[in-house]
Amino acid sequence: MILTDGLRSLRAAVRLWVSPARVHEEGATPDYRFSLANERTFLAWLRTGLALVGGGFAVDQFLPRLHEGLRLIFTVVLLVGGALCALRAVNHWVRCERAMRRGEDLPVTRFPSALALGVGVLAVSMAVLVLLGRTD
Amino acid sequence: MADGQPPGAGTPRPAPDRDPGLQPERTRLAWRRTTLSATAMAVLAGRQLLRSDAPGAVEVTLAVLMGLLWAAFVALAHRRMRAMTGGRPPGLPPRTALLLVGCTLALALCGGVILVRPGH
Repeated sequence: MILTDGLRSLRAAVRLWVSPARVHEEGATPDYRFSLANERTFLAWLRTGLALVGGGFAVDQFLPRLHEGLRLIFTVVLLVGGALCALRAVNHWVRCERAMRRGEDLPVTRFPSALALGVGVLAVSMAVLVLLGRTD
Repeated sequence: MADGQPPGAGTPRPAPDRDPGLQPERTRLAWRRTTLSATAMAVLAGRQLLRSDAPGAVEVTLAVLMGLLWAAFVALAHRRMRAMTGGRPPGLPPRTALLLVGCTLALALCGGVILVRPGH
């Protein structure tokens, strides 16, 4: 049940990705201010992604004493997280735009909670490493 | 309308083509913040590449590629910001959104290549 739902939403997402302009063919054009707000949300998520990617570079450059494996894990996690944020940015933007055109409720996802948990775990483990003196 | 009145009703606004909530301006500033974030990220990436003792073909290629990706990102954002000068800007073209995300993904990928390149 969950699997088929997941597959269906994945298929819908891919269809939107291949031809996102199709969004503009259905429903009515929403108030331009709502579209601009949606655009700013998109940009905020994109900045989040860019910041995570930049954080990946920072970890690799500014923690030379950190154990090499740990540093690689931190860097890769941050780079992948940044890429996921960028993907979510455009996916959520398209879905919100479509919901507004159709007059539906805006979509809700678990992505923000997952991101918050991920960043929290990273921050706590980094704090523990600093306290243990593994970074200097 | 935010004040619950249809356009044209009540007190006439001095400039009807101007959004009292400054939405286009706010959106333009959001674009500016985003290009600044991209620039900061590109500078960090460049610093990473410059740290190599002997930059080889891989480093130079990566630097050029990331420079081009950054330039594309900023150019796209600039075009969108210019479209935002009117009172009622058109919606964000989906192609622009996809291209920006593509640039970000490619930059992250370059970051991955920097990590695993030989001699790192």
